Amino acid sequence: MPVTHRFLLLLAACVLAPPPVIAETSPDVWDKVRTGLFAGRPISEQIEDVIALDTPMRAEDASTVPIAIHVKLPAGGNRSVQKIYLVIDKNPSPLGAVFTFFPDSGRADLETRVRVEEYSFVRAIAELSDGSLYMAANYVKAAGGCSAPGGKDQAAALARLGKMKLRIDEPIALDRPIQAQLMVSHPNNSGLVMDQMTRLYEPSNFVRRIEVTYAGRPVMSADVDFTISENPNFRFYFVPRGDGELKAEVVDSHDLKFESSLAIRQGSGVAN
Amino acid sequence: MAVTDISWLRCGIGTLCRRICRIVCHLVCHIGATLCFAAGLVHADVEHEGALPVAEVAPGIFVHSGHQEVSTAHNHGDICNVGFVVGSRCVAVVDTGGSIVIGRRLRAAVKATTALPICYVINTHIHPDHIFGNAAFKEDKPTFVGHVNLAAAMAARGRNYRNALIRDVGADVAESEIIPPTQPVADLYDIDLGDRILKLRAWPTAHTNNDLTIYDEKTGTLWLSDLLMIGHTPVVDGSLTGWLKVIGDVAQEQPERVVPGHGSAANWRQALAAEESYLRVLLNETRAAIKAKKTMQQAIDSVGWQEKDKWLLFEEFHRRNVTASYAELEWED
Repeated sequence: MPVTHRFLLLLAACVLAPPPVIAETSPDVWDKVRTGLFAGRPISEQIEDVIALDTPMRAEDASTVPIAIHVKLPAGGNRSVQKIYLVIDKNPSPLGAVFTFFPDSGRADLETRVRVEEYSFVRAIAELSDGSLYMAANYVKAAGGCSAPGGKDQAAALARLGKMKLRIDEPIALDRPIQAQLMVSHPNNSGLVMDQMTRLYEPSNFVRRIEVTYAGRPVMSADVDFTISENPNFRFYFVPRGDGELKAEVVDSHDLKFESSLAIRQGSGVAN
Repeated sequence: MAVTDISWLRCGIGTLCRRICRIVCHLVCHIGATLCFAAGLVHADVEHEGALPVAEVAPGIFVHSGHQEVSTAHNHGDICNVGFVVGSRCVAVVDTGGSIVIGRRLRAAVKATTALPICYVINTHIHPDHIFGNAAFKEDKPTFVGHVNLAAAMAARGRNYRNALIRDVGADVAESEIIPPTQPVADLYDIDLGDRILKLRAWPTAHTNNDLTIYDEKTGTLWLSDLLMIGHTPVVDGSLTGWLKVIGDVAQEQPERVVPGHGSAANWRQALAAEESYLRVLLNETRAAIKAKKTMQQAIDSVGWQEKDKWLLFEEFHRRNVTASYAELEWED
């Protein structure tokens, strides 16, 4: 499964990104992404009872646009969200992330921050356990003025590369979804930046795979790329069934591995 | 005071009239720069053609005050303070405006002021309103000077900035180019314009990660550019905590006068204190929001809105300041 997604991410990055003008001038990026990911499968936009996508009207800071996906399916119902695909049409790599959820996720809600380069649709496509697809799409205006998707201080970002934080901000209660936050210090470079002196592209360097487990059972995994903002940040849910360890493993495009864990005891809301 | 204002040539609105104005202006300017000086009277609201109006704020230091706006097709990116310093040997241009059009008009102002060559073009930082006129000076073959981090910032942002420029200002400024510095400044660097030394200083990450200031020893003028924004909402695009430190250092300086990046004020120390006060509100309230476990979006919706009436363009820049501040401060332990 991850192989397919990695391939698709790679395909999106390689075929649609350089030269970046393709993504900017092509009016039918979404059609291409849709065909590549879902072939002819129908995608419903009747999403009121399924998912909601929260985005700001404008990408105030093009490098850091907070987005949230909320699942509205009733808990314990016969349908659940198994995957969420995140597509930003006009970005150099339109398919930015594929999130996978598990029974121990509890809720497939997700918050993160993305780069938004141009006036573009931001799309969250949910794949349900019955195979059906639902899409929430919001139009986001690009930032004006001096805002740019590039980082503000690459030196500072590189200096603490790989530092991670896992946080839980509420008391632990068993058998119900608890929200956790994963922060990864990483420059998350696109590699689309040309050095003006050497005329060479700097190598890309971004987080590409995230796996979170609780007590050894999968909670959330994601195949992502530089669409996610510098210092990738995710809020997600998991259901503790007893004491255990919440563990996040992160792999970047240089195959560097980082991990962080948090021991959880009932009644505590500790952060590491 | 040599003010190159040609507002007396204005015929009103309309392309045809502007064309006639341009032709007349070119004729007048070609006949002799002194004629252009003659009318140093009132400023028009928006001038579209000819030399940028400049004020000689100290002997040999000429500053054009940009509009307190965002870049549009109407203002061509004439939204920040730009200018030049004249020595006995040559001229240093300080920032070049938000498009090739403004760069050309700034160059015309230089040419209307002095016959000396332009030997330096200094960019005080990466932002598009300060650099997109660079190409207008290529024919002068100047040394382009910038912070040691400027070239990398241009590489990272150039494409996006160009797209935004064409989108917001229009295709008629498509000749605007990103031109990286040929002389990077890592710390301190002196430029000799002839009987005039400009002392350049590269700062640690503050407004951006490539802020450069210029001090003219002869007149005691400190060109702070966007390290001091007056009127215009300060824009955090480097480091909030870093900028507050740099403001502390700047406050120790004893210049005769300063040139801010936006706006003007009779008392620059008061203006610096106002900027610091806004940044401290951002710092304290964003830290408190993170501590209270608010999300970034919740912080954006709640932090600092009581400052709204004190600043121009607050709607355009404040949310982004909170975003950047949150992303920076959440890594504090």
